[in-house]
Amino acid sequence: MSRDSLLRVERVTKAFDGLVALSEVSLEVRPGQIKGLIGPNGAGKTTLFNLIACCLAPSAGDIVFCGRSLVGLPPHRAAELGIARTFQNVQVFPGMTVLEHVLVGLHRQARAGLAACALQTVRLRRTERRLREEAEALLDRLDLLPWAEVPVETLPFGLLRRVELARALAVRPKLLLLDEPGSGLNPTEKQAMSQLVRGLRDEGITVFLVEHDMTMVMGLADEVAVLDHGSLLCEGPPQQVQRDPRVVAAYLGEGDDA
Amino acid sequence: MMARAWGRTWFLAAAAVAAVGGVELAWPGTVARLTRGLVSADLLIRAGLFTVVLVGLNLLMGYAGQASLGQAAFYGLGAFASAIFTVRAQALGIPPSVAGAWWWPWLVMLLAAVAVGAFALGVGWVILRLRGHYLAMATLGLGIIVYIVLRENLGLPHLNLTGGFDGIVGVPRLRVGGAELWPVQVYYFVVWAAALGAMALGLNVVHSPAGRALRALHGSELAAESVGVDVGRLKAQIFALSAALASVAGSLYAHFQAAVVPDTFGFVPSLELVVMSAVGGMSSIWGAPLGALAVLLLEQLLRTHVLGFVPAVSGELEPVVFGLMLVVIMMFWPAGLVSSRRVQGAVWASR
Ligand SMILES: Nc1ncnc2c1ncn2[C@@H]1O[C@H](COP(=O)(O)OP(=O)(O)OP(=O)(O)O)[C@@H](O)[C@H]1O
Ligand SMILES: [Mg+2]
Repeated sequence: MSRDSLLRVERVTKAFDGLVALSEVSLEVRPGQIKGLIGPNGAGKTTLFNLIACCLAPSAGDIVFCGRSLVGLPPHRAAELGIARTFQNVQVFPGMTVLEHVLVGLHRQARAGLAACALQTVRLRRTERRLREEAEALLDRLDLLPWAEVPVETLPFGLLRRVELARALAVRPKLLLLDEPGSGLNPTEKQAMSQLVRGLRDEGITVFLVEHDMTMVMGLADEVAVLDHGSLLCEGPPQQVQRDPRVVAAYLGEGDDA
Repeated sequence: MMARAWGRTWFLAAAAVAAVGGVELAWPGTVARLTRGLVSADLLIRAGLFTVVLVGLNLLMGYAGQASLGQAAFYGLGAFASAIFTVRAQALGIPPSVAGAWWWPWLVMLLAAVAVGAFALGVGWVILRLRGHYLAMATLGLGIIVYIVLRENLGLPHLNLTGGFDGIVGVPRLRVGGAELWPVQVYYFVVWAAALGAMALGLNVVHSPAGRALRALHGSELAAESVGVDVGRLKAQIFALSAALASVAGSLYAHFQAAVVPDTFGFVPSLELVVMSAVGGMSSIWGAPLGALAVLLLEQLLRTHVLGFVPAVSGELEPVVFGLMLVVIMMFWPAGLVSSRRVQGAVWASR
């Protein structure tokens, strides 16, 4: 494995009770690339993301990010190290506005303990003003500014995916994990999302994404990895992966996918 | 520190509190006369004490979404700490020059709050990993354990520190310098200063990154963690803050009542606190004084107009009435009194 990888997954196995969701998976994500992860339903894609984000611990193997092992860290530490994510089933904070979602994403930057918050120190208020400006700038970039003060539960689904993305970007991630960013979006929204992701990559954010829409992944990704039944089937440039007979077989066996 | 969006409403509340207190100070008993005996100075003081507890409980339940059915335990720990370290100072080997000083009870109050907060931090670290019903069960258990420990003399009967069933009598009044903060009309100001202070503290938290993080983890712990919120730590911290506030209220209660008994801090009082929180509106700091006043008034009404006619069962009926109120509120008015338009018009002017 090359030394210039941002993320290295090394022979990772994850078992849930009896069920082996991932078995000896090894792959790497290099800085500045958009890496795609595909595979039939239940292949273990989300499980792999949960492991990288430290929401789950691997049963065996190691996950190395920026040269340090993530195994055993709590999820908030992964965020601190520069790993941000969105969720396959959108996870928003009901009752909170779009702007507040981004402000929660900026939480780490506030560096405010409960005591400072309870006493509303002058420093805290200055920070708060700065965070608000930063949050608005981020919303502006994602064309969410018109909805800044709107509670999320009133938004259409397509916008929720973007709110999640805005919240994740607030972490200023080095690595962005996107779990099916296109699902539930209409073709126009998908195109806008692809455009956005490319823009992020051009800014230097490394993107690792799971996506079922083949046109979308193949158009976006510099490299694609394929999971099937918890094992890595193959890895390579999109065109090559698409033609790989094993991949075709895996998807044919699935039937309703792609 | 007060120049926040909520500042105006808070100052209005403070002015109202001061006005009522001023009238009572000048013409004692006025409020009782005007309300035909319904509102006494005693009721107003108890409302202030509960407000302090409820600010913490609302942060914990309404904002962080963590149910506590044992909050009266922390209230009781504060009350007993103050009672034990003032009344039993001599037996504990505290020199009279210290125990007799005017600042001693205040120092005890402060140290008790810190100790109770630290205790809650430790306990919270463990039990706040539990979710939903399990958490409610754990806090319920904690409340019962603390109650029994107080009743059973901390397991050290020969020292008789808590006085067992009978509790402790003769808790001294608070003083500043040589001046005793008494009668009731004066103590009212002490208690409501604490209540307004607690509310300011609570409103500060709500309108801060920590408040946002609390609401966020209430909505999705997974997502909150994913952006770097240390969910476990924040939950334990807010649990500790709520416990420390309850402890201060307990200390103020002990010096008000001059006597403490374990029964004041058992399960029914914990339930009463949850009912107050729900009635006022647990997702608002303003729900704290509203809920406390509303429930105390209702209890007073029941006591004088309804239960008075069936004296034999009145004591047993209280928990039943609380339970019923909780069910009715949850069914018809889940957001509590603060959600009412009229209350919002009057109180919710900030934001
Ligand atoms: N927390 C869990 N407990 C038990 N089993 C789980 C858990 N999470 C995932 N699994 C199982 O692990 C396997 C892989 O699931 P995973 O969600 O990773 O698949 P996926 O590739 O993301 O599928 P999809 O395309 O449907 O999102 C499935 O069989 C699933 O049922
Ligand atoms: Mg998935």
